[in-house]
Amino acid sequence: MESLLTYLVLGALMFCIGIFGLLQQNSLIGMLIATELILNGAGMNFMAFGMFLTPDPTVGQVFTLFIMGVAAAEAAIALSIIITIYRRFKEIRVDGISELKG
Amino acid sequence: MNTIADFIPPILVAQGAFWLMVFITLTGAILAVIPSKIVHNILGLAQAMFGVAGIYLFLGSQFVAMMQLLIYVGAICVTYIFGIMLSPPLELERKKQTRIREAMALIVSVIGFVVIVQMIAQTPWAPYAAPGRDWTTKTLGQALLTRYFLVFELISLLLAVAIVGAILIVDRGWYLIGGPGHKRK
Repeated sequence: MESLLTYLVLGALMFCIGIFGLLQQNSLIGMLIATELILNGAGMNFMAFGMFLTPDPTVGQVFTLFIMGVAAAEAAIALSIIITIYRRFKEIRVDGISELKG
Repeated sequence: MNTIADFIPPILVAQGAFWLMVFITLTGAILAVIPSKIVHNILGLAQAMFGVAGIYLFLGSQFVAMMQLLIYVGAICVTYIFGIMLSPPLELERKKQTRIREAMALIVSVIGFVVIVQMIAQTPWAPYAAPGRDWTTKTLGQALLTRYFLVFELISLLLAVAIVGAILIVDRGWYLIGGPGHKRK
């Protein structure tokens, strides 16, 4: 329980589940959810490094808080883009939105 | 007076709680990805974030755990719920082409996981052992307002810009992409 490897492997698992969801999902909101999982896997790694490796314990926490702020901003922007796309195409599936394909 | 500590040793309770949090996180992550109903995905994401908050408690940081609950479960998941209410469909059918895509995605993520775990196992970590480390909210707040002041201000600025940008995109996006009925002047 109290080892660095447990946390790192857990972070890697969350990251890879997120990658799987990002590649496999068909809707834009599903891809956004998978992105949150990826960001959380990275944040977990930073917290584990801050606890076990650095002399200054606040570094990992500050970085995780920064990741959370960036994730919140990203969620707001991406959701507004999705709503605009839905108004334009009446569709949020990635297969249906292919106007830029040429 | 019997307490639970008389029957089960506390270290065992702590370990059980830790592995329960790991279980909650992983099942939530899988629930956030696999089902085809988006509402179920969001509930799975909320569960995973709850588990991650518990693990942050085990890592010793109450403040970051509370922020995790507040920001992810309280704000982001609710925002997603609003997002799906404004843009249906809630449920997507699976096509044959999707099966191939799922298999490819599974292969890619498994290969990525194996590579990452190998890298973790091969790196010689040098643990920094210092007893009595200060993880309190007070220390974190002092660090945020002195040494990491720029980070703090940058988060505020980023969030303000993001809020203004989101409102602008939703309000004027139709005009910006030149939809019918909204002629560019």
